[in-house]
Amino acid sequence: MAEIVDARGLSCPEPVLLTLETIKKLGKGEIEILVDTDTSRENVSRAATSMGWQIENVSEEGSGYRIRIKKD
Amino acid sequence: MEGFKNLFATRWGIIFVGLVIGVLAPVLQNLGNPPNMGICVACMERDMAGALGLHRAAVVQYMRPEIIGFVLGAFLSAIAFREYRPRGGSAPFIRFILGVFAMIGALVFLGCPWRTLLRLAGGDGNAIFGLLGLIFGIWLGTRFLKAGYSLGRTQTAPSKAAGIAFPALMFGFLLLLLIDPQPQGEARGMLLFYSLKGPGSQHAPLFISLGVGLLIGVLAQRSRFCTMGAFRDLILFKQGHLFSGVAALFVAAVITNLILGQFNPGFEKQPIAHTMQLWNFLGMTLAGLAFTLAGGCPGRQLFMSGEGDADAAIFASGMIVGAAVAHNFGLASSPAGIGPNGAVATIVGLVVCVIIGLTMRRR
Repeated sequence: MAEIVDARGLSCPEPVLLTLETIKKLGKGEIEILVDTDTSRENVSRAATSMGWQIENVSEEGSGYRIRIKKD
Repeated sequence: MEGFKNLFATRWGIIFVGLVIGVLAPVLQNLGNPPNMGICVACMERDMAGALGLHRAAVVQYMRPEIIGFVLGAFLSAIAFREYRPRGGSAPFIRFILGVFAMIGALVFLGCPWRTLLRLAGGDGNAIFGLLGLIFGIWLGTRFLKAGYSLGRTQTAPSKAAGIAFPALMFGFLLLLLIDPQPQGEARGMLLFYSLKGPGSQHAPLFISLGVGLLIGVLAQRSRFCTMGAFRDLILFKQGHLFSGVAALFVAAVITNLILGQFNPGFEKQPIAHTMQLWNFLGMTLAGLAFTLAGGCPGRQLFMSGEGDADAAIFASGMIVGAAVAHNFGLASSPAGIGPNGAVATIVGLVVCVIIGLTMRRR
């Protein structure tokens, strides 16, 4: 079961901060991040990659995106 | 796997955008814009406030087409790339207050983050203190972010039309500029105010300024270019993505200034600058803190407002009102030094921003 981070509606850089907090808390596993702007999608993806996590999938959801990241 | 690739949001993409801005700003200066002010969001919004008669500082009144272009370029880009998302409702009045104080801080120093870099790229040593102040203000802001600072969630607007108000306002300003040009030697058209001397009287040809503004609006919307974010991300996440664009801007501006003979190193008698270093530092500390608490530099706020972000539009409106306040109440600096009430306003602004940072928290 992936951890969910709901960052919809939050200003820059809060989506990245929330994502990195969860990454540090879990260490490894799966996280799904919900964002509602393309800027947040790009920033979160970049931050996750820089922490050694893989972008598993980015899908459109409603008026935003669901980003699934993973680290084994 | 990551789909939805945006080439301008890659490392080379943002470096390209930084290079374009770094070349075009000194070129605009060469074509008539004020020295070391090829592009300055704060100064240009102040000139627009003057053009509308919101303040009557006679030397800074002109409806700057670059700002209009930034918003309309970002709007067109957001529409074209399906990134136009009307939204708003995240502590709008706090954002307005932050915009007012961001402008007051910027006008104590005499420039926004873009102009800080452009002043430095033109050889103005006083900008070093402004840059240090900007970085210190951003660092202060990151402390609040780490402590859970948040202005809350924005809401998606029920109607697509909701995000069009600020771009429409800018389009209206463009129409005003076109139908109400400056009468020869006159300080006032039918409606708009114009400077006869000083920075407001110095401008590149209208359609070149507008074209550059539109181009930068498109590129910055695609790349998410943000000078404040560049330093914030370095401090907060050790991420240099945005910073690489800002560094490219600075390097390109230095080289372009050298080529155009616009590089004049020194501290004294620098154009539209003063040598009161403590206030250069503290003015930009205030601006940097306000930008960080609002989530973006003044340019980025304009680009986001073009994407339909009403909160960013509120911040930009706060900056325009802040310019009027700064000039009506003696807060803005001049080459002679800070205004009679500039020091008090800077301290008050810092106190207000710290209170906002301490009180607006998620947990």
